[in-house]
Amino acid sequence: MIKTCVIVGASHAGVNCAFALRNYGWSGKIILLDAAPHLPYAKPPLSKTFLTDQCEPAEIKNKSAYAQQDIDLRLGSRVLEIDSDNHTVFLEDASLILFDFLVLATGAKAVIPPIEGVHSSHVYYLRTLSDALKIKKATINNEKDKFLIIGAGYVGLEIAASLRKLQKSVVIVEREERILSRVTSEITSSYFYDLHTKNGVKIFCDKEVIRISKNAKQSLVLCADGTIFHADSIIVGVGAIPQTHLAEQAGLDIDKGILIDQNCRTSNPKIFAIGDCTRFKHPLYKDFIRIESIQNAVDQAKIAAANITGNNVVYDSLPWFWSDQYEVKLQMAGLPVDYDNLIMRKKSDEEVSIWYLKNDQIIAVDAINNPRAYMLGMKLIKSKSQVEPKKIKDIETPLSATSFLKEV
Amino acid sequence: MIEIIFTTTDGSQTKVSADGGTLMEAAKNNNISGIDGDCGGVCSCATCHIYIDESNADNVNPATDMEKDMLEFDELTTPESRLSCQIPITDKMNGLKVKIARS
Repeated sequence: MIKTCVIVGASHAGVNCAFALRNYGWSGKIILLDAAPHLPYAKPPLSKTFLTDQCEPAEIKNKSAYAQQDIDLRLGSRVLEIDSDNHTVFLEDASLILFDFLVLATGAKAVIPPIEGVHSSHVYYLRTLSDALKIKKATINNEKDKFLIIGAGYVGLEIAASLRKLQKSVVIVEREERILSRVTSEITSSYFYDLHTKNGVKIFCDKEVIRISKNAKQSLVLCADGTIFHADSIIVGVGAIPQTHLAEQAGLDIDKGILIDQNCRTSNPKIFAIGDCTRFKHPLYKDFIRIESIQNAVDQAKIAAANITGNNVVYDSLPWFWSDQYEVKLQMAGLPVDYDNLIMRKKSDEEVSIWYLKNDQIIAVDAINNPRAYMLGMKLIKSKSQVEPKKIKDIETPLSATSFLKEV
Repeated sequence: MIEIIFTTTDGSQTKVSADGGTLMEAAKNNNISGIDGDCGGVCSCATCHIYIDESNADNVNPATDMEKDMLEFDELTTPESRLSCQIPITDKMNGLKVKIARS
């Protein structure tokens, strides 16, 4: 009897899981479903080069790769319902598929904030290729070059940098007291605040947008404190929420994400979940976490594939992220949570690294134009070495495998 | 079409044809095990580490400082190490042998 593994969602997690299954020797069917019509594309460029350059979306794998690995990629195929007791997936076109294993890689969708007028046609989001195409189209109209971005997370800031490259005027409005407040330290926030300001972006913090309206020419954005901004186009980037409705309806355990164990298995032993839609206990962190990143999507994809093919492999990868803005490359290793010491190591305005320590162990690093600090940080986080904070701060200490270590 | 021969860590060889792109993309499109290229080719993740032996070095573009920096602290780095996302495939590379680093 040939076995079938069905994967719902063909972005970074789902696609990598399909290919990893073959690498782990899965010889059964692999059916990879996605509601979108496009060949699976890379998401990171959507806020960066895809907006600024004349280019096609980057494919995660080329079209022939799927056939070559006998992966049945079904685009434009929306799943309506999952019957977890009878291992059946029901599709919108009224067909059904029986599965031996199911992998949910349903991702996350943009948060739509409770702002009056947020559904107007000139208000954009960025999660998918079709979102990016709409923004790209808005940038091509030269008479409409005033953009306002609501929310200063990494995606919002990357879009801001891309729009500046296209010579657009950019205002960012952030509800919190500083940019990137949910994801990084004040030091890194302030570096990027300065970077964007230097590049002509106007950033306003502590501003909560409550209404978007339109006059004949422009949009008016009203904040709770009475401030009004004018813009031609508005981009909302205030985070994402996991897409859990299929999992909920299938009766799986959910708590701000699809709950999975260390093998990426949901509360149903035949159903796995991977990527942005999952929430889990990571051995490095004390609280349950949900991570929106390529690293998490790809690594969980491999863990699910390994366990589906009968290997007992645990997900314990160190999280890492990157962001490209203007000429700056930010690389981050580890999560900056629960630290008791924060050190900035600054060689120049262009080359900075921020080190997060707990009990004299490095738990995270943000490296700005400094790949060596990033790679060394990864190594030191993994080795859990005891380090000397003042050596990290001292720019005279060379970056080497042993130079930060505490002498014993 | 340019032919590239990838040798994975288990010693198995796969011959791949490509007509452009980078070595990382050619490897990913052919599901070569050990080349992840997670960052999509922007030199941010070092998950596409390969070795190109010295006899072929002249046929391949030299590494940038950023690429060298990404490799420096990797225990598996040798003088033959490269990140395959930073190597565009050119005509000179027909028959190139590429070894995949352990990941």
